[in-house]
Amino acid sequence: MAPGILGKKIGMTQIFDGQGRVIPVTAVQAGPCVVVQRKTVEKDGYSAIQLGLVEFIKESRVTKPRLGHFKKAGVEAARYVREFPIAGDAELKAGDRILAAEFKPNDRIDITAKPKGRGFQGVVKRHGFSGGPDSHGSMTHRAPGSIGQSSYPSRVIKGVRMGGRMGGTKVTTIGLQVVEVLEEDNVILVRGAVPGPNGGYVMVRRSQKQ
Amino acid sequence: MQNAILDKIDQMKMREGVAKMEPGDTVRAHVRIREGEKERIQIFEGTVIAQNNTGLRETVTLRKISFGSVAVERIFPIHSPIIAEFEIVRRTRVRRAKLYYLRNLRGKAARLRERDRR
Repeated sequence: MAPGILGKKIGMTQIFDGQGRVIPVTAVQAGPCVVVQRKTVEKDGYSAIQLGLVEFIKESRVTKPRLGHFKKAGVEAARYVREFPIAGDAELKAGDRILAAEFKPNDRIDITAKPKGRGFQGVVKRHGFSGGPDSHGSMTHRAPGSIGQSSYPSRVIKGVRMGGRMGGTKVTTIGLQVVEVLEEDNVILVRGAVPGPNGGYVMVRRSQKQ
Repeated sequence: MQNAILDKIDQMKMREGVAKMEPGDTVRAHVRIREGEKERIQIFEGTVIAQNNTGLRETVTLRKISFGSVAVERIFPIHSPIIAEFEIVRRTRVRRAKLYYLRNLRGKAARLRERDRR
């Protein structure tokens, strides 16, 4: 059983369940993926598989070192390559295909992706501070308030949450649920939202926690 | 929606053979109601005053006058499995897509003219 798959976020929609309830789902183009390399404890010090997402991509778009890496495994050039840890005795080798059909409805998965960049954001949006009152003469609307003490320590402690760049750093949403798998299209429908923009690459893993 | 796969999901989930309703039609909506273990069909008959054509999320708004004075409007998601069927009872001639003006009319003024069947 494959530990995970690579995919691309297509977008969100809604479907009905049997009782007529609406379920929000994100469609993820999951695979086809190909094992680019099998890492072993003997050779690499740890056991993992390296997966590539099979998309049509010109060979000239891939760096030469990477192209050589694909050639060695005898697989197509892939734009998105990621590694998944795997048990040492797992029977997966370079060249093996991994498809969306690996997943079944109600499987729990974790999705790792790069969310949309939000730019420089204040403390209310970035850290969920409540800000000050909007009216009644208030002059602190979205300000953070106090960021520390006075004469002692006379400085701001490191790590105090302030405004700054938000988004654009890797995020994992855990415990997502597979609602449906469209095998012929290699698409899985995941309940709820998935990080990243439509068209962004995502890494789908089986949840450790069930 | 523009994405081919999202469209395909919609297409796949859409139910077929739904009566084609138009604003001004009087329609009987057969709704499945679950009461504990048992399931029965409840009928809601009303005039189509609005439609929202958005693929799988397509809805129709039915308005009826119950007990002669209380207006009831219900929005039905056409492709929801709780809907058993729609039955068109009567078709009328109207000149708008949304018949919200009926909300401000009552009694005789709120009548709609039957459409010529030709």
